[in-house]
Amino acid sequence: MSVTYQEKKSIVSLISAILIFITFFFFMYPQYPEGEIDLSETYSYWGFFVLILTVVSIIAHIVISIVFNIFFRITTKEKEPAFSDELDKLIDLKANRNSFFVFIIGFIIAMASLTIGERSQLVFIILIGSGFTSDVVGSLSKIYYYRRGV
Amino acid sequence: MSKHLVGNHIRKLRFHYDEMTQQQLADKAGVTRQTIVALEKGNYSPSLELAFRIALAFNLPLEEVFFYGDTTNLKNK
Repeated sequence: MSVTYQEKKSIVSLISAILIFITFFFFMYPQYPEGEIDLSETYSYWGFFVLILTVVSIIAHIVISIVFNIFFRITTKEKEPAFSDELDKLIDLKANRNSFFVFIIGFIIAMASLTIGERSQLVFIILIGSGFTSDVVGSLSKIYYYRRGV
Repeated sequence: MSKHLVGNHIRKLRFHYDEMTQQQLADKAGVTRQTIVALEKGNYSPSLELAFRIALAFNLPLEEVFFYGDTTNLKNK
């Protein structure tokens, strides 16, 4: 069973998203302010967390993508596709739809937990968790659609 | 019943067309090789524009490359 460039790329994207998130989470979470803290300090921490995670994710994805393309060229002696055709665009759309759906569910759960008076820490964890899950669902959707068809 | 009702004879036509590779057909039709793979497997129904471009690549009318109907038998070949 041959695995095409797009499938390999989606698998690499999935693995890198999981690795980046887990590494970052275990690096940043212990820095959460302990003891008696005011709300602004908590917001500041989570704001910093999300911003840094976004920047780190973008840079890591770019670097991993470049390394993957080089590795792909060396191992397969093939050049990666230089453009997205109608199948790629359709799969992107469907994967994004699934991804947004998961994030929206997470967002609603976060808002619901806020309504019932949960701590702000839990709300942010749900939001960040749903962002990560939506990313994973997006990559898994791409793998599924490339393998099973649309 | 198969999910995709638009079938095609691309694989057979490539063979009869000087054993054209998937990449060569993809280049002629302006798509990636992955799309040709998906079409041959019956995993994707192309847009009308792409169907015409593929037919043009073989110098054949559309109905000789694509057909509408149950593709199950074709997949099992």
